[in-house]
Amino acid sequence: MTSTKPSVPTEQVSVDSAAAALHVGTSDPLTLIMRNLRQSGIYIAFVVIVALFAFLTDGVLLSPGNITNIVLQYSYILVLAIGMVILIIAGHIDLSVGSIVALTGAVSAVLVIQHGQPWWIGVVAAVAVGIAVGAWHGFWVAYVGMPAFIVTLAGMLLFRGLTMQVLDNVSLSPFPADYQKVASGFLNGLMGGQGYDAFTLLIAGFAVAGYAVSVFRTRLARIRYEQPVESFPLFVTRVLAVAAVVMYFGWQLAHARGLPIVLIILAVLVIAYGLMTKNTVFGRQVYAIGGNLSAAMLSGVKVRKVNFWIFVNMGFLAGIAGVIYSSRSNGAQPAAGNMFELDAIAAAFIGGAAVAGGVGTVVGAMVGGLIMAVMSNGMQLMGVDQSTQSVVKGLVLLLAVAFDIYNKRRAGATR
Amino acid sequence: MNDVLLEMRGITKRFPGVTALEDVSLEVRRGEIHAICGENGAGKSTLMKVLSGVYPTGSYEGEIRFDGSPVHFGGIRDSESVGIVIIHQELALVPYLSIAENIFLGNERRGRGGLIDWNRANADARDLLASVGLNENPVSPVIQLGVGKQQLVEIAKALSKEVRLLILDEPTAALNDVDSAHLLDLLRRLRDRGITCIMISHKLSEITAIADSTTVIRDGQKVETLDMSSGDVTQQRIIRGMVGRDIDSFYPDRVSEPGPEVLRIEDWTVWHPVQPRLVVDGASLNVRAGEVVGIAGLMGAGRTELAMSVFGRSYGRNISGRLYLHGKQVRARTVAEAISNGIAYATEDRKRYGLNLIADVRANVSAAALGKLARAGWINGNEEIKVAEQGRREMNIKTRTVLDTVGTLSGGNQQKVVLSKWLFTDPDVLILDEPTRGIDVGAKFEIYTIINRLVAQGKAVIVISSELPELLGMCDRIYTLSAGRITGELPVGEATQEDLMALMTKEKELAG
Repeated sequence: MTSTKPSVPTEQVSVDSAAAALHVGTSDPLTLIMRNLRQSGIYIAFVVIVALFAFLTDGVLLSPGNITNIVLQYSYILVLAIGMVILIIAGHIDLSVGSIVALTGAVSAVLVIQHGQPWWIGVVAAVAVGIAVGAWHGFWVAYVGMPAFIVTLAGMLLFRGLTMQVLDNVSLSPFPADYQKVASGFLNGLMGGQGYDAFTLLIAGFAVAGYAVSVFRTRLARIRYEQPVESFPLFVTRVLAVAAVVMYFGWQLAHARGLPIVLIILAVLVIAYGLMTKNTVFGRQVYAIGGNLSAAMLSGVKVRKVNFWIFVNMGFLAGIAGVIYSSRSNGAQPAAGNMFELDAIAAAFIGGAAVAGGVGTVVGAMVGGLIMAVMSNGMQLMGVDQSTQSVVKGLVLLLAVAFDIYNKRRAGATR
Repeated sequence: MNDVLLEMRGITKRFPGVTALEDVSLEVRRGEIHAICGENGAGKSTLMKVLSGVYPTGSYEGEIRFDGSPVHFGGIRDSESVGIVIIHQELALVPYLSIAENIFLGNERRGRGGLIDWNRANADARDLLASVGLNENPVSPVIQLGVGKQQLVEIAKALSKEVRLLILDEPTAALNDVDSAHLLDLLRRLRDRGITCIMISHKLSEITAIADSTTVIRDGQKVETLDMSSGDVTQQRIIRGMVGRDIDSFYPDRVSEPGPEVLRIEDWTVWHPVQPRLVVDGASLNVRAGEVVGIAGLMGAGRTELAMSVFGRSYGRNISGRLYLHGKQVRARTVAEAISNGIAYATEDRKRYGLNLIADVRANVSAAALGKLARAGWINGNEEIKVAEQGRREMNIKTRTVLDTVGTLSGGNQQKVVLSKWLFTDPDVLILDEPTRGIDVGAKFEIYTIINRLVAQGKAVIVISSELPELLGMCDRIYTLSAGRITGELPVGEATQEDLMALMTKEKELAG
C-alpha cells in the first residue's frame, strides 16, 4: 500500500490441470474413500461390525430369520432417525420423539381398540397427531426463537403426560389383525415358490434394476455436462456389488417369511428423504442453516419457515414410528417409546452428523442406526446381558463422535 | 513535565503474511493525556495489545520500559500488576452482575476464610464510584446503566486496580455528546490526580481539546508525535498525518461511463435493534449503472448498518425512508425480496456472515439463488457444478475442485467465492462491504479488476471501505458518513483524503 508497486499475481491455476485432478480424484477408489472418510468410515465400520458378529454368532446373525428380525426390531428407530438427522443438520435436536411415539400409538389404540374404528383410521389419526405435535414444537423453536433442546425437553414431559391421560394409565391391547399387519405383516405367497417367496425376489430384482437405471442415467447426465465420471469398469463393479448385496438380502428374506411391509415403508422413506435432503432447494437450505445461520439468512433463506417444517416433518415421522411400534407391540402402553429419542440421536451421530450442525446424511443415519441394531441383536444372540450391551453402545457412540471431531480438526475446519 | 513514564522502542509485530507494526516507538510522559490517532487498521489497537500484554513478550520485537525499567508481560495480569489498565472499545462488563461485583471481578475483596467480604466490597465500590462522579447503588446490576455510565464503571474498575497508566480505546465512540463531555472532564480530573492516560480516538475535536500530545500512526508505522500544549495544532494538521500517502498505480484503470440511475434511497432512517438510538439518520444516496459509489466513514458511523438495512431490512428496526430501483419505489422487506429485486450485499465479515465454511465451493456459490437451478424444488446438480465451475474460472478461484470445502481456502479466494455467489443472483446493484479486508495485496488487485469488469457490464456497485485510498482509487463518487448522517458527497476528481477525513469526522452541530 506504500509507493512500491505490488506484484500482480501472474500464476494461474490451469483449468485443465484442475479438471484432471478432479477426474483422478473421482475415478480412483482409494482417493474417493479418503476424501469422504467421514462418510466411508461409517460404511467400513458397519461391514466390520457385521462381519465380527456374524463370526461371533457362527453365522446366525446373517440367517434369514434373524435378518428379518433386525429389520422388524429396529424399523421405528430408523424412521425416527430420518427426521432426527434432518433436525441435527439444521442445528436442532428433538428429545421428545419417544413421547410422540407413545402418544400417537395411544391415540391410535383408543380409536381402533376402544372405539372399534377400522385400522386405517388409527393410522391417519396417529400421523395427524404426530404432525400437530411437530407443528407445536416448530412454532416455539422457529417463531418464538427458543432452543430446540428446551422446547422438546418440555415436549417430552408434556406428551408423555398426555399419553398417560389418553390411556387412563392402562395398557390397551390387542389390536385387530389387520392393524398388526402393518409391522408384522409380510408380502408373500403372491407368486408362490418352492420354499422361498418368488415375489420378494422379484421386488429385490426390481430394486436392483431401478438402482442400475438411475445411476446409469446420472452417469449419462454427468457426461453430458462434461463432468468427470468413474471409469466404466469401476462403475460396473459398483453396480454389481450393490446388486449382489441387495439380492443376497432379498434371497435371505425370501427364505424366511417374505418381504416385511415395514421394510417397504422404510425403503420408500429412505429413498424419498435421501433424495430430498440432497437434491432439493429445501434440503440445501437445511444444510445452509446448520452450516452458518447468519450466512443463510443473508442469502435469502427463510430460516423460520424451514425450521418450522423440519419439526412438522419430525412429528410426521414420529407418528409413522408410533403406528409401527404400536402395531409391532400389539398395543399401546403408557411407557412406550421410552428412550427412543436417544437411540435416534445416537444413530444420527454415529452416522456422521456433526454436533454443531451443517453435516450429516439420511443414509449415514440409517447406517448408524443399523450399526446399533446389529450390535444389539448380535449381543442378544450371544447372550450378553443388558448392562453390557448398554456399556458397549455407549462406548460406540462416544468413539463415533470422537472420530468426527478428530476428522474435523484434521480438515482444519474447527475454529 | 519531561519525566517519561512509558517508553516503547522499536516495536515490530508480525502476523502471518502481514506486518501490523513496524519499528514503532512511543514515549508517554508522566501525568499527560496522550492521544493516538490513525485510520482503521493503522495498528493502534495492535500497539495497545502489545503494551497491555495481550500479545506477550516474545511475540513481538522491541522493548518496553515502564517507569524507567524494562518490563516483560506474559499476559494482561502482568501489565495490570504494574498499573497499566486497558479499557476496550467493547465494554467488558458482565451485564447481570452488580456494579461492585464487576469492579472487583478477578480482584475480589477477600475476608475471613477466603470468602468475599461483601460489606467491604460494596463500601469500596461506593468510594470508587464517587471518585468517577457516578451516583449509583453498587449492588444494582450493570445492565440497568446506560453505556456512558458503564464506561465510568469501567474506569472505577481500573482505579480499583491502582492504575498508573490508563488506556482507553475509543472511549466516546458509543457515547452521546453529554456523556462524552462528562467523560473528558473526568479524564482531566484523573490527570490532575497524577494518572497518565493514553486515549485512542477518532474524534479529532476531542483530541485537540484534551490531549497534551498526539502520536499519529499510519500503516503500522509511527508518523509523528505532535506536542499539543502550544495549542496551534489543528484538526487539519492531524488529518494530514493520518492520510499522508500517495495513491499509485495500485488500482486498475477504468473508463467511467455511468448510465441511468439504478438505486436511490431517500431519507433512510434506521434505529438500533435494541438500544433507543438512531444508527442511520435521514440518509439519501443514489448509484447509477456502470458507476462505483463509495461510502466512507469511520468505525461506528453506520456504514454496514445502512447497507444491511437496505438489503431486505437485515439490520435494525423502525426503518423508514424510500427505496427506488430503476426509478420505481420498491419495498424489500426480506432478504429474499431484496435479492429478487436485484440487490446483492457482500458482507464485511465473510466468515461469520458470508459463507458456510464447512460446505463446498459449489454449495456456497449457489446458495443465494438455488431457485434458478431447480425445477419444482429439485436441483439440477450438474447445472449447479457447471455454474460453480464458471465462477471458479471467471474469478480465478484457486481451489482444486469446486467440491473443496470453503474453509480451507485463503481469504482472497473466499472473497471470490462470495462474489461468485452474488453474481449468480444476477444483481443490478452490488453492495460490497469492505471487499478487500484481510486479504493480501495481489488478491486485492484481482478483486478490483473483477469490480471493474462488473461495472463495465453495466452493474451499479457501492463500495464501503475503511481505506480511503481504495475508495479514491476505485470510485466515481464518494459519500461520507458520520454518526449515521451523510455529511458529504464528492466526485472522486475533487476529493482528497483530507477532505474526506474532515467530512467523516464532522460531528453534528451541538444543539445547545
